[in-house]
Amino acid sequence: MQEILSALAEPNRLQIVELLRRKPLAVGEIVERLGLRQPQVSKHLRVLSEAGLVEVRPVGQQRIYRIRAQALKELDTWLDPYRRTWDERFDQLDDVLRDLKEKDKGKRNGRRK
Amino acid sequence: MAAASESKTKVTLPSDREILITREFDAPRDVVFKAMTDPGLISRWWGPRGHTTRVDKMEVRPGGAWRYISGTSAADETAFRGEYREIKAPERIVQTFEWEPMAGHISVDTATLTERDGRTLLTVRALFSSKEDRDGMVQSGMEKGLAETHDRFAELLAELRAETRSGAR
Repeated sequence: MQEILSALAEPNRLQIVELLRRKPLAVGEIVERLGLRQPQVSKHLRVLSEAGLVEVRPVGQQRIYRIRAQALKELDTWLDPYRRTWDERFDQLDDVLRDLKEKDKGKRNGRRK
Repeated sequence: MAAASESKTKVTLPSDREILITREFDAPRDVVFKAMTDPGLISRWWGPRGHTTRVDKMEVRPGGAWRYISGTSAADETAFRGEYREIKAPERIVQTFEWEPMAGHISVDTATLTERDGRTLLTVRALFSSKEDRDGMVQSGMEKGLAETHDRFAELLAELRAETRSGAR
């Protein structure tokens, strides 16, 4: 997990992952979209690949990079307890909001009488 | 345990020092804002389920302090505290957040409320001073999850003990 997080800590690498989440891309396309030099992009891709975040597949002459779903799943699992803490808190807030709206309605109806 | 996909709350990591939390509520934003800034209401939703949460301090104004105490009993109570940086009703609350057992690890949390068709989208952007602090906060969520598991385990043990006793009768 720490390897995935470290790999994503670099802003350009995070951006590459964001790009690849939309669709698989060739190195040249990533270079174009990020406006970085090819050696830099290749270096970032190597780090991402070593962390298991991306995988490469040759298609014809090109090397196409894509996200490894398994890595994103790991990240999701890591975030899950934190997300549940907020989800539980907000479920309780939902109840409070429902009460506030009920009271508000009561007040409005009271005025109408 | 609910699967991640069933959760109504979205959590993403937009950069290495941030956590972004998003949730939609079925209420206009002035109502959501009230629930977030009224000391009498905070205790009803802020703490984890099964915990009692008291408001020790809640001075809702720029520079004002807040401090909540939360726990299942006096034995495991811990406090959370911070300072309000910006209050703009009913759309924006900026406050710092610190858990007293991990004092010094402070995040700046910006809550933004946007309303559409009587519903409110709440986003909370937590900004940490380092990636380590950010990861530590997520990790502490993990520890809480673990603590809950232990609680459930203790409950299960209590049930088993009760069953054994009634079986013996």
